[in-house]
Amino acid sequence: MSERMTGAQALVRALEHVGVDTVFGIPGGAILPAYDPLYDSAKVRHVLVRHEQGAGHAAEGYAQATGKVGVCMATSGPGATNLVTPIADAYMDSVPIVAITGQVASKSIGTDAFQEADISGITMPITKHNFLITDPADIARTIMEAFHIASTGRPGPVLVDIAKDALQAETTFSWPPTMQLPGYRPVTRPHSKQIREAAKLIAEARRPVLYVGGGVHKARASAELIRLAELTRIPVVTTLMARGTFPDSHPQHMGMPGMHGSVSAVGALQQADLLIGLGVRFDDRVTGQLSTFAPHAKIVHADIDPAEISKNRHADVPIVGDCKEVIGDLIAAVEAAGLQGDYDDWWTVLNGYKQTYPLGYEEFEDGSLAPQYVMERLSAIVGPDAYYVAGVGQHQMWASQFVQYEQPGTFINSGGAGTMGFAVPAAMGAKMGRPDAVVWAIDGDGCFQMTNQELATCALEGVPVKIAVINNGNLGMVRQWQTLFYDQRYSNTDLQATRRIPDFVKLAEAYGCVGLRCERPEDVDATIKKAMEINDVPVVVDFVVHQDAMVWPMVAAGTSNDDIKIARDMAPKWESDDE
Amino acid sequence: MSRHTLSVLVENKPGVLARVSALFSRRGFNIDSLAVGPTEHDDISRMTIVVSVEELPLEQVTKQLNKLVNVLKIVELDTSQAVQRELMLIKVKADADSRSHVLELVQLFRARCVDVAADAVTIEVTGTPDKLEAFVKVLEPFGIKELVQSGMVAIGRGARSITDRSLRALDRTA
Repeated sequence: MSERMTGAQALVRALEHVGVDTVFGIPGGAILPAYDPLYDSAKVRHVLVRHEQGAGHAAEGYAQATGKVGVCMATSGPGATNLVTPIADAYMDSVPIVAITGQVASKSIGTDAFQEADISGITMPITKHNFLITDPADIARTIMEAFHIASTGRPGPVLVDIAKDALQAETTFSWPPTMQLPGYRPVTRPHSKQIREAAKLIAEARRPVLYVGGGVHKARASAELIRLAELTRIPVVTTLMARGTFPDSHPQHMGMPGMHGSVSAVGALQQADLLIGLGVRFDDRVTGQLSTFAPHAKIVHADIDPAEISKNRHADVPIVGDCKEVIGDLIAAVEAAGLQGDYDDWWTVLNGYKQTYPLGYEEFEDGSLAPQYVMERLSAIVGPDAYYVAGVGQHQMWASQFVQYEQPGTFINSGGAGTMGFAVPAAMGAKMGRPDAVVWAIDGDGCFQMTNQELATCALEGVPVKIAVINNGNLGMVRQWQTLFYDQRYSNTDLQATRRIPDFVKLAEAYGCVGLRCERPEDVDATIKKAMEINDVPVVVDFVVHQDAMVWPMVAAGTSNDDIKIARDMAPKWESDDE
Repeated sequence: MSRHTLSVLVENKPGVLARVSALFSRRGFNIDSLAVGPTEHDDISRMTIVVSVEELPLEQVTKQLNKLVNVLKIVELDTSQAVQRELMLIKVKADADSRSHVLELVQLFRARCVDVAADAVTIEVTGTPDKLEAFVKVLEPFGIKELVQSGMVAIGRGARSITDRSLRALDRTA
């Protein structure tokens, strides 16, 4: 069945056919033709945001909470360039989003026309793929291809730039179109020989660790991971992007590795004789100084992206494949081999670390609030079924350390790109994707001031997110580095919280939200409970915390994981290597 | 560092050259030479890329290139199993006194004289990079006025073709 319609109508119909129910965006000149049929769509809800960056992060939050492709839309020029940050963020964290942008009319491309920007050129290095459409006949097929590319293989952002005249011109629409992607063939089935090799190394190892990253949840393989871990009795570390993929409460969980990882997780990696990396990329924030990372370990590295394998650390057993299939095959291979490794000594060492060096923090004698305490109470009162969405900085690390995650995908944050301002719009997107779930943004006062305009969107669209602003009046993580490495010279990190500019409670109220403030530990529970009772409008809680709270443990940038500090000038005592 | 010759089959679409060259610069790899042109199939272009890298970065280059949606196939050509050619056009000073010397060298190198003026000749020469380098060296004493050179193109020896299987992939989606 084919029908005559405009390119704009074809775009909206194609979006309906690929199953889009929510689009975050802002109209403007070049994309305007698309907004006319969008107005009539019964299937696609367009959410009018206040800044295109908000649209992009909302699409990311929606995608991460639902597992579906998130969609954002903007006009040409500045509308499109405002999407660049969220697109880069989605690229670094492998989040499936499709960004649709209007472009000036095809005849004007290249003339520096009003609101013209070469957005496909600009986003070339930060998209999985992008398209420029100048012929309306290409719209339906390209949308199908864009969603296919974004959501399969290693997920990622895809941008579709459509010239205004292609939106306006008539074309013939038929569905489904035939995709033309001869060069796109992601490998999902792992090689059986590599799986057998990995199973052999597992049986031979004395100090193995399952090093679990974001790819495991993206493959929806949390259940398989738990089975493999319990079958083999191997300890598990979950990276920032994998928090919740393996339950924090599980006795085999060693915590988060990396710059602010737990001693037990970092120690496990450093002293391992075998790392089984699943959906990880040996990021510098995990490895520390690469040459001294896990120096005794053989490496099994499984990832769906072949380019990640042996990129940073040579893999002794490379496995290209989807983590669900990889882990499933590993389980079968381990069972078939019937070999059980002897890890008793290893568990003695690791349990020792866990007991000796649990995560902890300092309380302040002046009765002011410790940010870590806020996280602990949030976790206890709100519980593990909620989504927690963090920005970037100290609050993000505390949110990772002190909220207990039990469900895969319940911690959403900006990992690879480290995008301040991620939390509010991403929480909005997550809540729209999961309207029945409780969604808490945990944000810093610096981050919050970058994107809080989306509170207006949340209030008007009926998206009752809850936002805990961890307000230490500073760009806290930068301040921490200034404390440790720049002689306490606090250059441009003081946001002058004492003057309350802005007053976050009044700001929340101005945006039609409820604003609460909490400054003392004894008020924390009551404030959180009050926020939990409000479900008709968004709630912003201004948690005024002590500015000197620091994130520990810490591996200073560029140094070895072996030099982890549990507090200033305090290093853990490692068990001597008995081999 | 060692030199590697990659034959890259890509979809014949706008912007593909930019994607490939941008990838090299973004990942910090230098291209020694790049030549691109049509193939025996209308839908496929072929790039010959020469890079100087160690084995490990080369593997990373190849994997990253493979991730480009428009890239169909990458083959590293073993120089001993491939024919490699560059094309050079050289304008050399040559007056009545020196012209016969220059033309003699043209003969020796199996080059061709493609334009003659009163005080210069333009020479076309093809060959391996080594041959071209040697040719330039012998012409230098006469005075080289202008020189232009193509990137290297290369093709594997023997009957097999690297395009066959890629073409089948294209047919499936057509």
